[in-house]
Amino acid sequence: MKMDLLTSLYVFMLAAFIGFEVIRRVSPLLHTPLMSLTNALDAIAVVGAILLAGERHAHGATLAKILGTIAIVAATSNIVGGFLITDRMLKMFKASGPKKS
Amino acid sequence: MEQIIEITYLIATALFILSLKWLSSPKTARRGVFAGELGMLLAIVGTLLHQGIVEYKWIFIALVLGTIIGVPLGEVAMTAVPQRTALSHAFGALCVTLVGTAEFYLRTPDVPRFMMGVLSLEVILGSLTFTGSLMAAGKLQELLPQRPITYKGQNFVNLGLLAVAIIVAGMLVVHPERTQLFPLIVGIPLLFGVMMIVPIGGADMPTVISLLNSYAGLSAAAMGFVLDSKLLIIAGALDGASGLILSVNMSKAMNRSFSNVLFGAFGQEQPAVAGRQEARPVRSATPEEAAAILAAANKVVIVPGYGMAVAQAQHKVRELYDALTKRGVDVKFGIHPVAGRMPGHMNVLLAEADIPYDKLLDMDEINGDFPQTDVALVIGANDVTNPAARTDPNSPIYGMPILDVDKARTVMVIKRSMGGRICGDRQPALLPREDAHALWRRKILRRLDRARTRRRQRIAWPRRESIKNSQDFRSAIRRVNHCVPASIRSATPRWDRRAWRGGLGRSRQAVPPREAQTEWPRKSADHVG
Repeated sequence: MKMDLLTSLYVFMLAAFIGFEVIRRVSPLLHTPLMSLTNALDAIAVVGAILLAGERHAHGATLAKILGTIAIVAATSNIVGGFLITDRMLKMFKASGPKKS
Repeated sequence: MEQIIEITYLIATALFILSLKWLSSPKTARRGVFAGELGMLLAIVGTLLHQGIVEYKWIFIALVLGTIIGVPLGEVAMTAVPQRTALSHAFGALCVTLVGTAEFYLRTPDVPRFMMGVLSLEVILGSLTFTGSLMAAGKLQELLPQRPITYKGQNFVNLGLLAVAIIVAGMLVVHPERTQLFPLIVGIPLLFGVMMIVPIGGADMPTVISLLNSYAGLSAAAMGFVLDSKLLIIAGALDGASGLILSVNMSKAMNRSFSNVLFGAFGQEQPAVAGRQEARPVRSATPEEAAAILAAANKVVIVPGYGMAVAQAQHKVRELYDALTKRGVDVKFGIHPVAGRMPGHMNVLLAEADIPYDKLLDMDEINGDFPQTDVALVIGANDVTNPAARTDPNSPIYGMPILDVDKARTVMVIKRSMGGRICGDRQPALLPREDAHALWRRKILRRLDRARTRRRQRIAWPRRESIKNSQDFRSAIRRVNHCVPASIRSATPRWDRRAWRGGLGRSRQAVPPREAQTEWPRKSADHVG
């Protein structure tokens, strides 16, 4: 348990550094798509919600099922909506075409 | 089986990081979205294969329901993206809070201390983000008053609430069996989330949204610790880092210290400095004159701001851009980080209007260009171009980085009226320079619209060098009368309506006073040459 925890902390730290380095390079042009994309990625919390709703629990199973189901709905709507709108936004960004005379 | 699931998670994690990496350039950005989708799909399918899952019915119902809700949320108008983003932060936080709550009741009473600490963090951050984001979305959607609501001792009350929540969380860490305390660390942050957003005005929304983004990410990372899921920890850390970077950007762009932002105390209103707005000579230009100046320019920088976004005039601006580009004028857009209602929002609005992204330049990129710029056209972006931020220590915006439009040879300002406040914020709207031309929105655009019908008349446009004195200049005006075929006219009524509804306290004339419209140009056009 102790070791696991420490590994998790390492993972968090490294991910935070990667996040800073990668996201610093995103041009301010795309900050809105960036936010909606990270939002969609953040909805990976659905994984936890699925386990919560689907697993067998010794006690408190009803509570877990109800809360888990609502959580899945919330996260899925973020995934679907987030990816859709990010793609829609990015489709609009076009470079200037051949120069008009 | 377990290994296969772990491997799908590993691939998903790599895809998420690649997804953000590809987002760094508009060329590869769509690939980034695809990578994100693929990673998400893998992770979900992997999770569904989990052996521990005994019942699938509710999971699938929830997945379908979520998709049904998600699709319309992905189809909103570009102007509504800030609200949508705030709402999705709320959804994300809701998910995290619910899972955290359920985990607590499933695991109590034997929750290890560290686990309880992380769980408290998850639930506190999640629930304050939930209500905070709902409030922010309500304000952005104008369901709630946008004006900051402040009262005495507000910060004391807010920080007190947060402190109580943290103390209760501490007690739970020590005594995890006292389950009756748990509702407190959900309920108090829920209240705190509301109280945190109440004092924040419309113009601060970019900072708030980024901050809530960061909170949502951190709470998801905390959930990763609770569930011991590396995938969640990494996704949460990425989201948290992104929100943090954006909120630091935003707070820098508004000259607020970062600690100020972190503690949510950024709604404090600076007292409006009375008597600052001494009368300055402002020249009002007619659309013909504006057209003349624009046509004679080699290089034009358009500075769109919050005002243009509210008026939804971006398509009209595109027409202007097209007309000028066709005449060989080099047109660029200078975009302040806080233009629009969330980070980067202005870029999206202009991209939607088909303006190529390589013409959209960041504040740092464009500021060096202004000395070589003939005309800087400011559209509803007074505060971010106000030189008082550089020169006047009494100004509420003193120290804020601005777009140096005053270094351009000519500055034109399109704004609703003289003076006044923007979006409930008490920021004196000063004109950038004494010889700035205030172009009254309605008038200029009526004229410009008419001009479109005569576009076919080809006239030799005088270049800047040829306009040496006012005599020449006037004849030049007569000739280039009709060169700017665009109209923002249709945007005007909405703009006005919004301004009234936005909770501006005192009445203000939407039409300029007549005496402000002095004749122009009386002197020679020295700032043009």
